[in-house]
Amino acid sequence: MNSFWALLVRDIRLATRAGGSAMLALAFFAAVLIFVPFAIGSNSRLLAEVGAGVVWIAAVLAALLALDRLFQADFEDGSLDLLALGPLSLEAIVAAKIAAHWLTTGLPLTILSPLLALLFDIPSPAFPALVVSLAVGTPAVSAIGSIGGALTLTVRRGGLILPLLILPLLSPVVIFGAGAVLSAETGLANGAFWLLAAFSMGAVVLSPFAGAAAARLNLSG
Amino acid sequence: MFGWANPKRFMELSGAVLPWVAGAAGLFLIVGLYLSVTAPPDYQQGDSVRIMFVHVPAAWISMMAYGWMALASAIGLINRHPLADVAAKEAAPLGTLFTALALITGSLWGRPMWGTYWVWDARLTSFLLLLFLYFGYMALWNAIEDETRAARAAAILALVGAVNLPIIEFSVDWWSTLHQGESIVRVNGPLIAPVFLWPLFLMAAGYTTLFFALLLVRMRTEILARRSRTLILQADG
Repeated sequence: MNSFWALLVRDIRLATRAGGSAMLALAFFAAVLIFVPFAIGSNSRLLAEVGAGVVWIAAVLAALLALDRLFQADFEDGSLDLLALGPLSLEAIVAAKIAAHWLTTGLPLTILSPLLALLFDIPSPAFPALVVSLAVGTPAVSAIGSIGGALTLTVRRGGLILPLLILPLLSPVVIFGAGAVLSAETGLANGAFWLLAAFSMGAVVLSPFAGAAAARLNLSG
Repeated sequence: MFGWANPKRFMELSGAVLPWVAGAAGLFLIVGLYLSVTAPPDYQQGDSVRIMFVHVPAAWISMMAYGWMALASAIGLINRHPLADVAAKEAAPLGTLFTALALITGSLWGRPMWGTYWVWDARLTSFLLLLFLYFGYMALWNAIEDETRAARAAAILALVGAVNLPIIEFSVDWWSTLHQGESIVRVNGPLIAPVFLWPLFLMAAGYTTLFFALLLVRMRTEILARRSRTLILQADG
């Protein structure tokens, strides 16, 4: 467990210090959202209607940004080999990477989202729903994304192919995430939220195994 | 079963089977198309109901191809067998083709029936996502140079996709539905009149045999290509 925490803390430090991806993902998230009204117009009723969905799209895209370097940086300088030789199983290493990725992208995005949602003037009952759905759904993005990161470990421009691999798999997250906000707005029974939570938990539990299998094949030989 | 997986035996066996599969495909498709064209027009949909005979089997095959790909990937991953990798790899472009065919014929059918080429309906959307799963699978194969490594990475992706596909389907269903419900495999028997059912089943048989005939051709070509690559490398010393 100690080595798990050590790896987690190391990855968080790497992501938050100079050259790290955490701030960049946040800035990208904000920039995308600020751009949306330029494209679809400043009609505040229209913006309020699409706001929650747009925040969800921007959050997923921003979380994708850091994924191609999730394992690649460690692979290139050899530290991934050392980690794999260490006391942690590869599954635990992937789990630590997922946790670090979520703590440095998903969580800050969730915290920043109410502020950006204000710009879209979304109805007030949707506010808590948006924050909670992002908090519950973004771990699934990090988890499934880690599979993509591990699969494209040796691909030189992995960042380009990764969204193609991952986005179709993430469609349930976006559907249920944005659906949960919509249900809260209209005051309907919120089945989408529970489906989102179920999907997210399943993804977090299963992804380390797939991610580790992918990392293993790239490390061997 | 794995005795046949020796590439040499596979080449012999598939060479013997291929003409029969291809011939069956041709026969099924000719009879199926004849019955499709001579079937009476539907009382509601008119002649455009005939699109069903090329649309529905394409949709079936596109799902079957993914299942095949996932199965072959699992065998390739567990038994480390190159032939299973080839079987999975060569099924992907065919699956893409049938998925695209299902989408295109579906949109051509949607135009007269729903008044638009595309609606964001559950079944259409999940097929669009299936198309992108195929794209991702092929892109990953192309992106990794080392052949065995590419095969294993693509196999993991195919299996992750196979686990996720029912969930994607469910989520998209939950999200919206306009497409008609299941009308062929039902407890109380099909809702479709036999005049339409016969050409549909013949076309389905034709598409299935066509898929396997093309798959065999592709697999044989890939095996020969690999062998010639090895021979060239050996000749260069």
